[in-house]
Amino acid sequence: MPLSKGSGGYLMNFVKQSWWKILAVILVFYTIIGGFLFEAPRLAIVNETIRNLYFHVPMWFAMVTMLLISTIYSIKYLNKRNSLHDVVANEFANVGILLGILGLSTGSIWARFTWGAWWVNDPQLNAAAIGVLIYLAYAVLRNSIEDDQKRGTVSGVYNIFAFAAFVPLIFVLPRLADNSLHPGKGGNPGFNAYDLDSKLRMVFYPAVVGWALLGVWLASLGIRMKALYLKRED
Amino acid sequence: MLIKEIRILLRKEFILEWRQRYALNGMLLYVGSTIFICYMSFNINMSQLNVITWNALFWIVMLFNAVNAIAKSFMQEREERQLYYYTLVSPQSIIVAKTIYNVFLMFSLTILAYLVYSLVLGNKVEDQLLFGVGMFLGALGFSVSLTMVSSIAAKASNNTTLMAILSFPVILPIILMVIKISKNAIDGIERSESYNEIITLLAINVIIGAVSYLLFPYIWRS
Repeated sequence: MPLSKGSGGYLMNFVKQSWWKILAVILVFYTIIGGFLFEAPRLAIVNETIRNLYFHVPMWFAMVTMLLISTIYSIKYLNKRNSLHDVVANEFANVGILLGILGLSTGSIWARFTWGAWWVNDPQLNAAAIGVLIYLAYAVLRNSIEDDQKRGTVSGVYNIFAFAAFVPLIFVLPRLADNSLHPGKGGNPGFNAYDLDSKLRMVFYPAVVGWALLGVWLASLGIRMKALYLKRED
Repeated sequence: MLIKEIRILLRKEFILEWRQRYALNGMLLYVGSTIFICYMSFNINMSQLNVITWNALFWIVMLFNAVNAIAKSFMQEREERQLYYYTLVSPQSIIVAKTIYNVFLMFSLTILAYLVYSLVLGNKVEDQLLFGVGMFLGALGFSVSLTMVSSIAAKASNNTTLMAILSFPVILPIILMVIKISKNAIDGIERSESYNEIITLLAINVIIGAVSYLLFPYIWRS
């Protein structure tokens, strides 16, 4: 199927612009420098690990953003059957998986130094691990189908289906649980409780935007490469 | 119109199952033998089988049964015949009919498994009604999500491994909720304590059901 000029053209246009990539680099550098050097609240047990807030939490924000974009493009693909939309959905899901794995590992480090173990049997942690598994299954499904059109349709449907299962898994179930250690879950306060004078926010919000933009950049590299393949096939 | 189609398709499912009894017998044998394996494995030390293990084991047996029983939903009939249905009825009525049929099948299988399981491994349930509700919601959840997943797996060259890896992560929230409800039933805790879980489980089922209903036409067409 040829690349359509409509939304595909707009998308490729955005992907080729550089202002948001520069912004991503600035924000991520600000996060790293500010995150390690700025003053942070002094709290018992958490101590300096509070700085992990700028790395661990934005990974999940960015992951959910990537997966949402991926789902939107799957819906678009099913409606319009534009191969480029399938490529976009796939690339964003891949970056989502990468960010999910990074989120799990940064969380694991945090858990080691605050709760005393690399992994604890906690509803939030288990839900996050299952969430990553769902999307790994998506990657396996994609690889198991040869035909392009069929792969696009079937994996697009699974992608939307997976997102519908992912959202309650990550956002609803851990909140209902009564035995979670994780902040913001199981009746625990979120990071508002640690952040009495909004110092954390000064780095946290830019960090979320920075990591998310970096994720988009990663995805866009894959999209541009696959778009070239598509063009050559035409 | 849709209701009428669903009724006819549902009738077809029952008749088909009754005529090809080997599939039904296979499922019954599968349930029986897995439970018997559990029994034999714990036979030496029955006293060590505590409630948590009893409960978890039952639902793991049911999970594998469900995957095994529902995986064939879209593999049983030949492609030509599916093409014939495609020309006759709307895809929505097919998914609804298959799901309703699978709910019926799974609920009957669960009840049967529960009877056999209690017979050989003892019945530890205090609140039978709540456990029954748990079994029904479990059967509903398994059927709703697995029917859709089996339609996806059937498109990807009938791969049974794929069926397992696609369905387990999706089904995990459902099975966790069901295990919690049935644990409450086993302990005989006040029923109002389980309302939260029941409502969440129903909500998950509604979401997954609605998504399946919307997405199945795309799978069917491809």
